[in-house]
Amino acid sequence: MAFHEISLTVNGSLEQVRVPSNLTLMRLLRESLALTGTKNGCSAGECGACTVLLNGEPVNSCMVLAVECDGAEVITVEGLASDGQLNPVQAAMMQAGGVQCGFCTPGMLISARALLDRNPDPGEDEISEALVGNLCRCTGYIRILESIKEAAKLQATRA
Amino acid sequence: MAHPITPKSSSPVGESKPRIDAREKVTGAALYADDIQFGNKLLYARIKRSPYPHALIKKIDVSRALALPGVKAVVTGQDFPGFIGLYLKDRHIFCRERVRYVGDPVAGVAAINPETAEKAVNLIDVEYEVLEPVFDPEFGASPQAPVLHPELGQYIVASFILPRPGSNISNHFKIRKGDVSSAWQKCSKVIERKYRIPHIQHVPIEPHVAIAKVEESGEATLWDSSQSPFAQRDLIAETLGIPQSKMRVIAPLVGGGFGGKAGVSMESLAVAIASKVRGYPVKLLLTREEEFFTAFVRQGLVATFKMGCDVDGKLLAMQNTFFWDGGAYTEYGVNITRAAGYSCTGPYEVPNVHTDSYCVYTNHPVGGPMRGFGMPEMHSGLEQCIDELAHEIGMDAVEFRRRNCLKGGSILPTGGRMHPTGLSECLEKAAEAIDWGRKAQPSAPNKRRGKGLALMWKAPAMPGNAGSSAWIELAEDGTLTLGVGCQDIGQGAFTVAAQMAAAAFGVPYESVRVATPVDTRYSPYEWQTVASRITWSTGNAIIAAAQDARRQVLNLVARAWGETTDDLDIVNGMVVSFKSEREIPVKDFAVAGLPKPDGNGWMGGPIIGRGNFIPADVTGLDPETGQGEHAVVHFTTGAQAIELEVDLDTGRIEILKGVAAFDVGKAINPELVKAQMEGGLIQGISSALFERLQLKDGVVQNASFVDYRIATSSDLPKSVQSIIVEVPQADGPWGARGIGEHSMVPTLPAIANAIYDAIGIRFEGPPFTAEKIYLAMLDAGIVK
Ligand code: FES
Ligand code: FES
Repeated sequence: MAFHEISLTVNGSLEQVRVPSNLTLMRLLRESLALTGTKNGCSAGECGACTVLLNGEPVNSCMVLAVECDGAEVITVEGLASDGQLNPVQAAMMQAGGVQCGFCTPGMLISARALLDRNPDPGEDEISEALVGNLCRCTGYIRILESIKEAAKLQATRA
Repeated sequence: MAHPITPKSSSPVGESKPRIDAREKVTGAALYADDIQFGNKLLYARIKRSPYPHALIKKIDVSRALALPGVKAVVTGQDFPGFIGLYLKDRHIFCRERVRYVGDPVAGVAAINPETAEKAVNLIDVEYEVLEPVFDPEFGASPQAPVLHPELGQYIVASFILPRPGSNISNHFKIRKGDVSSAWQKCSKVIERKYRIPHIQHVPIEPHVAIAKVEESGEATLWDSSQSPFAQRDLIAETLGIPQSKMRVIAPLVGGGFGGKAGVSMESLAVAIASKVRGYPVKLLLTREEEFFTAFVRQGLVATFKMGCDVDGKLLAMQNTFFWDGGAYTEYGVNITRAAGYSCTGPYEVPNVHTDSYCVYTNHPVGGPMRGFGMPEMHSGLEQCIDELAHEIGMDAVEFRRRNCLKGGSILPTGGRMHPTGLSECLEKAAEAIDWGRKAQPSAPNKRRGKGLALMWKAPAMPGNAGSSAWIELAEDGTLTLGVGCQDIGQGAFTVAAQMAAAAFGVPYESVRVATPVDTRYSPYEWQTVASRITWSTGNAIIAAAQDARRQVLNLVARAWGETTDDLDIVNGMVVSFKSEREIPVKDFAVAGLPKPDGNGWMGGPIIGRGNFIPADVTGLDPETGQGEHAVVHFTTGAQAIELEVDLDTGRIEILKGVAAFDVGKAINPELVKAQMEGGLIQGISSALFERLQLKDGVVQNASFVDYRIATSSDLPKSVQSIIVEVPQADGPWGARGIGEHSMVPTLPAIANAIYDAIGIRFEGPPFTAEKIYLAMLDAGIVK
């Protein structure tokens, strides 16, 4: 197995790591960097639990090889809050009751963050469209969608 | 003089407090079993599984696997002779002589990384002699079927499970009440229908994971995603010959359970493998594919209902036969069969009942508990039949239900009487919310619109002595630590537990922390987090623990102040006297005690309260008639109503509105109750419209998220309404009873009834896919 030296920025801090060719970004985050907020629900790009922001775009980190991330900037759920202040998507998710078992939550939050970065005031259809790749078995999505509407409002008042 | 436990205004019970675990879950800090870091010594396990649904194992050669560098252990069934199972010990950890489903574990490997473990599994050679399989439960129950468990008569079985050795029937539950045969003549209408409910899967987003470590001394620790740490301690230890006290289960947060992580399934594999490589932690993480067919699945059901009523629509008789496709092992599933048996009439009073509920071994994946424990499957047919019978006698389906549904005091199919219930209120409220009786216009000319409604009931299905316990400890800073052995599987158990502890002891909700993760070494015993029993059962234990701690606190302060405890209360963490109007914060003495009144020495000491609970009066049922005084602890009842449209061009169903009304006794946290109603409704919709494990010759054909579709964010009804009804449960904490499972029980039949209302077609079984609907409409000449 070939190994590669790569460096990438994860949640604002520079990481230099030696990774085998077949290591996914998900496993790099969860195992090498112990950033276990990013979840593994299928390792097959089908559930969205492992969603992270890669250079600002939401990706299933189980489908991205670590070697492809040389020089990239990655944001995980652990990087959403700053200085102890929750990101609006996090605060709204708590308030609206969008969390049950919480296993889909990190991926949902990242997809929500990406959506609000694209469009700070999305409509209902746009919200449900943006989350179609993030499966949740507990909540029935109702309060999750609600929370993203709330997050948009919260973000507008904070700005 | 008696005082209420806490003044009503400040009681956290009945308030929608924020979830105790929400912040850790939105920040990514929440710890799940697969998140625990074990360092470089961690080994990875993979399982060699049977490719055949039914075969004898002739020979296993592990030599090539053992020779692979990086492999630390290879185990087979020969290493572990014991049997395991919750109600019926009918399986080995690894197969020994026979495999009974595609996926049955025959060997296990531990290696230094997952890739090596996988490679080693492929190097294990197994020779089989293929046997004739059984895939249909009706055939399986017949004398012609090959017998899959010839040893059935020797298995250890719970007293209330009735296997038929020499056949594939691992439980036969009967109800014989009144006289069905003479009742049919008195009926003005009798209908008979047959339904097939397919296997589905729980599909938690977190796959099963177990990490086990066995020390040189033989002490074993298991970290896993578990609804049942205590049952796992008990069963795994017993099977492996370890004393229960040397088996420790640590269970962090669960990323969705729905029953699939109850009892024991893959966890025993991890412990067994770890026992052969002592000192090393061994992790077994199911792939998503394995999750679909090697974890528990929901049993399939073939059900016939015959029911009749008189001219006034009064139900006179029911004759129901259930063939449950229990799969290869029915160690847990046998009790689903029993639950369906004693609940067989649905929430209706029926004087004459004849029911046979058979649990049948097949060569399908292992059936096990899933949200509703047989009730969604059974109600699927039953609640459609009720609609049809109402139509047959020309009565409105809601009116028919109004007349027949259980009220407090109604006679149950098992002979006892129904406790007070808000079922009628749920029915009226759901009907009103869906605007029952008024047909709205379709939204487009190519659509047909329909409404449907269904009722449900469900009791916690568990042994009569399933116990709970709790402890309460106070810290110097005034916080109360609550020890419980129940799990938060997403339903909010820890939040509700904290609310109950706060209210029962007398501190603000914010001052309670729950001692997590659940750890069988330190946490108090809990039978299992299943059956929607936690709020009720653990809640009662929490009240007992809080009262124990209160007694200690009040006795101490009464002595110190020379007062009686009758004049004292704990309010917001302060002991207050209604007589002297003195007050003192509990934190001032909860650990350090108080000086004796004469100043010489101390009294009190660290406060720790303990409490437990066990159902007091569940009685057995007669094995021939199923009759008995008190079959179960109680029933939660409710109703759902659906409005939908069928697209004539595509057959696609769009759910416009979903209404749920359930009698929860008392909503300890109303928003969490509603969240359960919503989640269950969408899971119910998903099971009705999309879900089915496609089994062909015992092989699951759709073991991935792409091929097994579950509801996504784009499948929601436009409007969802959740209605809480509260008719208190006499022995419930603040009157509460469970709601976790019930919310998906009536969804499927409500949808089926609405489809019928829209297009006049009924189906033998779900899922009601666009293709199936379209083809049926073609057949019926509705579309051309
Ligand atoms: S774990 Fe990456 S999409 Fe499921
Ligand atoms: S909250 Fe459990 S999967 Fe979404």
